[in-house]
Formats: sequence, structure tokens, C-alpha cells
Amino acid sequence: MSQLTPDYLLIQIFNGLVNGGFYALLALGLSIIFGMLRIVNFAHGTMYMLGAFVAYYGAQEIHLPFFAALIVAPLVVGAFGLLLEVTLLRRLYGLDPLYNLLLTFALVLVIEDLMRLVAGALGSPYETPAMLAGATNLGFTEYPTYRLFVIVVSVIVCAAVYVIIERTQLGAKIRAATEKPDLTRAFGIDTSRLVSATFAFGVALAALGGVLAAPNTNVQPTMGDSVIINTFAIVVIGGMGSILGSIVAGFALGVIAAVGAVLFPPIANTLIFIVMVLVILFRPAGLFGKPERAA
Amino acid sequence: MIAGRRAALVGVALLAIGLVLPFVHGVYIVFAIDLVCFALAAVAFDLLLGFTGLLSFGHALFWGGAGYVSTILIAHGVTSFPLAVLAGVGYAFVLSVVVGAVAVRRSGIYFAMITLAIGEIQYFVAFQLIDLTGGENGLPEPTRGTLFGLSLENDHVYYYLVLAIAAAGTLLAVRAVTSPFGAVLAAMRENETRAKSIGYDTDRFKLAAFVMSGTLAGLAGALYAGANRLASLDAVDWHTSGAIVMMTILGGIGTIYGPIVGAAVFQSLDFFVSKTAIGDKTNIVMGLVFAIVILVARRGIVGELLHHLNARRPRFVEDEDDPDRLVADVAGETA
Repeated sequence: MSQLTPDYLLIQIFNGLVNGGFYALLALGLSIIFGMLRIVNFAHGTMYMLGAFVAYYGAQEIHLPFFAALIVAPLVVGAFGLLLEVTLLRRLYGLDPLYNLLLTFALVLVIEDLMRLVAGALGSPYETPAMLAGATNLGFTEYPTYRLFVIVVSVIVCAAVYVIIERTQLGAKIRAATEKPDLTRAFGIDTSRLVSATFAFGVALAALGGVLAAPNTNVQPTMGDSVIINTFAIVVIGGMGSILGSIVAGFALGVIAAVGAVLFPPIANTLIFIVMVLVILFRPAGLFGKPERAA
Repeated sequence: MIAGRRAALVGVALLAIGLVLPFVHGVYIVFAIDLVCFALAAVAFDLLLGFTGLLSFGHALFWGGAGYVSTILIAHGVTSFPLAVLAGVGYAFVLSVVVGAVAVRRSGIYFAMITLAIGEIQYFVAFQLIDLTGGENGLPEPTRGTLFGLSLENDHVYYYLVLAIAAAGTLLAVRAVTSPFGAVLAAMRENETRAKSIGYDTDRFKLAAFVMSGTLAGLAGALYAGANRLASLDAVDWHTSGAIVMMTILGGIGTIYGPIVGAAVFQSLDFFVSKTAIGDKTNIVMGLVFAIVILVARRGIVGELLHHLNARRPRFVEDEDDPDRLVADVAGETA
């Protein structure tokens, strides 16, 4: 282990922000979907994995550049999500939300093993785009440029989504449909289309996370497994359905986990879950959540 | 279904099948032991899901955790297998009290997500404590020793021991849900607010059900580790929690015996699929089957059977198939 200098700690904070960016993108998508559809998308990590694979196969088969993949993969996976929503998830609205959790769990099993069949269980590397290779001088250290890029993109996307939902007319409709679906319909807004679009958008965010992760990690069928459980813990911490809570908790937990791992390495993998347990004990609705409605 | 003569008949029939299972042509004895262990775990799971409506995605905590504890003890010189299993069960009991105390503060999807996340803590602890658990390689169980002068090293002897324990565990579960305790659980499931207003501390009843379920699942898991002579990371992985969920729902939520059928169908299907060209990617088929069950046959195999049997007879009770709830009283004979 390296010396615990302030510079080293600062590097860890940056590493934490990189991970936090992924968490925030995923938690944000999960939260938007939950807010609108009242379902927890277990397959969110799977969509993240598919996003990475679209980028990978895109590069392999048609030399799709990374920056194009950032657009194409979310569109492809978003369209796939739309298909899932229209053909499958929709059948279970009005039932206990646990049914859709279970259905999306089934999708995880099917899609993951199909990808293992297609791509093999072992990972494949995805090349970091040349423009973002190398390191950037941050004053206190040389930091990998690509990682800075991930931080910047995730912050911009999270901020944009936040503004769209909180400040635009579309966002107002989404919030209305989230709060009072019946009343929103009564005002003549087609909530069913809004629901489909929201699901597609949520999984597109996960796919974007997957593309961003591709150069950082090995692209492999199980890459969404640990991501989804971390994301679950983060939305529980942030407050399920809270947009701001997801973003803040995503970045915060990324940093907390990275710094915690330096101070006490064995805790690296479990710190997020431990924080989750503490939050449930002292603030069951999550940091930004409203108390649970009576069942 | 759960009480009464018809239920007793189903229980006896299942036990009879269990008694002859090792002699059925083509059934491997270890496969049969695994099946009975999973059946007990699924019954334990139904005790929670079917009678409180709480969906745990963390039962691998108890299943795998108890397996580790009993195996670690034997690997460190404890010669009595039953004692080691009991210690594993004790661990599952304590763990389910702790985890339950946290998790029952939320319900529904939150409960599912929280139990899933807590399960990961144990997974990583087992993964990192390599000296104790063997890490990714798992920890072999050197011996099962003897019980009442019979060698448990003999797989057939071990099978019948496991079968007897699983039958007792199932009886216990049936007894629990037909007792006054079970009646309170049913009341909570129907209308928690009303149960609360009558004066029941509903969180405590939920916790009690969770602890019973977790402890029984731990017993099943310790026996499973014995069957495979190995405590492994697979057993504490969330996929195993998911498998127990699938078996229970496949068989029929709230039917107690249904999950036994669910475990048998699940294990058999998994076995046959693994012999086909797709090999270890059996989840393609298991996931598809489960998705179909969720979409069109939510009562599960036994639940749907009962529903159609009951539908043919004149009924004086209102139809209790409330589509809004996960746990419809599929049996209709619990009262």
C-alpha cells in the first residue's frame, strides 16, 4: 500500500468520482424508471453490459468509433428496452411491483447466459480512444485523461437530466405522471407513451454507463452483476425515486468507497452495503426520500 | 391445502416419492440429496414469502452461511457432523435476527433490494477470508462422520437422514402457518393496518417469520454443504438466492408443498438442460421458464392445479384472487 499522503488521497477521490459517475448514471436511470413505472428494473446492470457490448461489437464489426458508440449504444439498448416494456413489462402493471422485479430478474438470467453463449465468459478488452489516451497534469499528479473524461461526461449528463426533469415542460409532465398518473391522464396526456419513453430513456442511461466503462474494464457478460447490486444499495441510500438523491448518493458513495478502501482495504467491496444498512437504521426512507406510503 | 386430510395426503405422497427416489432408474444419489435440501430451503422460503408477502433476495445468506460454518468447524477438527450442522443452524438463526431487524423496517421491493445487498456483505467476507473459507476454491468438508453408529459417509444413509430432517422441517413449517401465529401472519398479509390497530406488533411477527425461514434455510444449506462435501462461494452468491426464489414461485407461493414440487422441477430441468448443447448456460432456459410463470401462471404449478380443482366445486367464499397482490390465497382452504 502506498503512503497516505494528501496527494494520494486526492487521487483516490478522483478514482471515487469515476466510479461515482457510473453509479450516478445507473442510479439515475433506475430512479427515473421507478418514479414513473413503480418498478425496479433488475435488468439495469444487464443493460449496462449490453451497452458495453454494442460498443465492443460495433468497433469489431464496423469500426464504430468510441464517440459514435456513446450515441449509438444508448439508442440500440434504449430501443431494446422499449421492446421489452411494450411486449413484457406492460403486462404486469397494476400488479404487485414485485412481479416486475421478478420478471426483470428472469431477463437478467436469460440475457446474461445468452451473451455468455455468444461472446464467451471471458472478457474482451476495448481500446481507449486515442484522443483520450495518456494522462493529464492536474497539478498534484498525472491523472489518466480517459478517467477525467468519464467524470466530466457523467456530471454533464446527470446535470442535464436533472434540469430536463425539474425545469422543462416535458419534465413537468413526467413529474405529474409520477405523482398522480390518473389526474395526468385526465388532462389529456398520453401517460402510456410517456411510460414507454421513460423506460427506454432509463435503460439508455445504463447503456451509456456501459460504453463509458468499456475502455476501463474488460467487456464481459457478467460485468453488470456487481454493478446492479451496488446501484440498488445506492438508490436505497439516496431515496428510491429521488432524482437528486440518486445523483448525489452515486457520486458520494463512489468517493466514500474509494477513500474507505484506502483507509481500511478489506472493506473496499462492502462499504456501500454497510452505509446502506446504517441509512436504513437511521433514515429508512433514504437520504432524499419521502417516507414510504402505507402498503 | 395446508391443513386437513387432503393436505396430509399430499404430504404423505411427497414423502413416499422421497423414500423411493434413490431407487428410480437414472437418479444420482447426490442429485437426490441436493434436491431434498433445496426443497427444504424452498419450503422455508415460502414460510416467509407466502405468509408475510416479504420477498427476500438474500436467502443465500443463511443457506450458504450455515454451510460455511458447519464445514469450517469440521475442517478444524470437530468430529461430530450433527454438532457442526447445529452450529451452522445457530449461525443462520443469529444472522437472520440481525438481518431481519434491519430489513423488516422496509417492505415490498425495498425489502428485496435490501436483503440482496446485505447478502453481498457475507459474499465478500467469505471471498476475502481465504484462510478460513478457501476463497474462490471453496472449503472441502473432510468427513460426515457417523450418527447412531451409522456411517454418514454412505450417500444413501445420508440421503435418508436429510429426507427425515426435511420432512420434519416441512411439518414444522405447516405447523407454524396453521397455528395462531400463522393466523396473525395471515391477518397482517390481508390488512397490515388493521392487524396493527388490533394491537399486533406487526414488525415483530414479520421478524419472527423471517427468523424461522432463515434458520430452516440454514439447516438446508448446512446439509447441502455436507452433500457436496464443500462449502463454496456459489452457495453465498445472489444467484443462489434467486434460485430459491424461483423454485418457490415455480411451485406455488403460499402452498408449502408447492415449493417442494418447484424445487424438484427446477433441479431436474436444470440437470437435463445442462446435458444439452448449451451446457452450463442453463439460465437461458430457467430464466425463460420463470418469466413465463411470472407472466401467465403466477400461482405456480401447485397453485394453478389447486385453483382449477377448486374452481370446479361450488364455492361459498368470495373469490380471493386479488390481482393487486403478490400473495393471493391460492389454496382457499387455509382458514
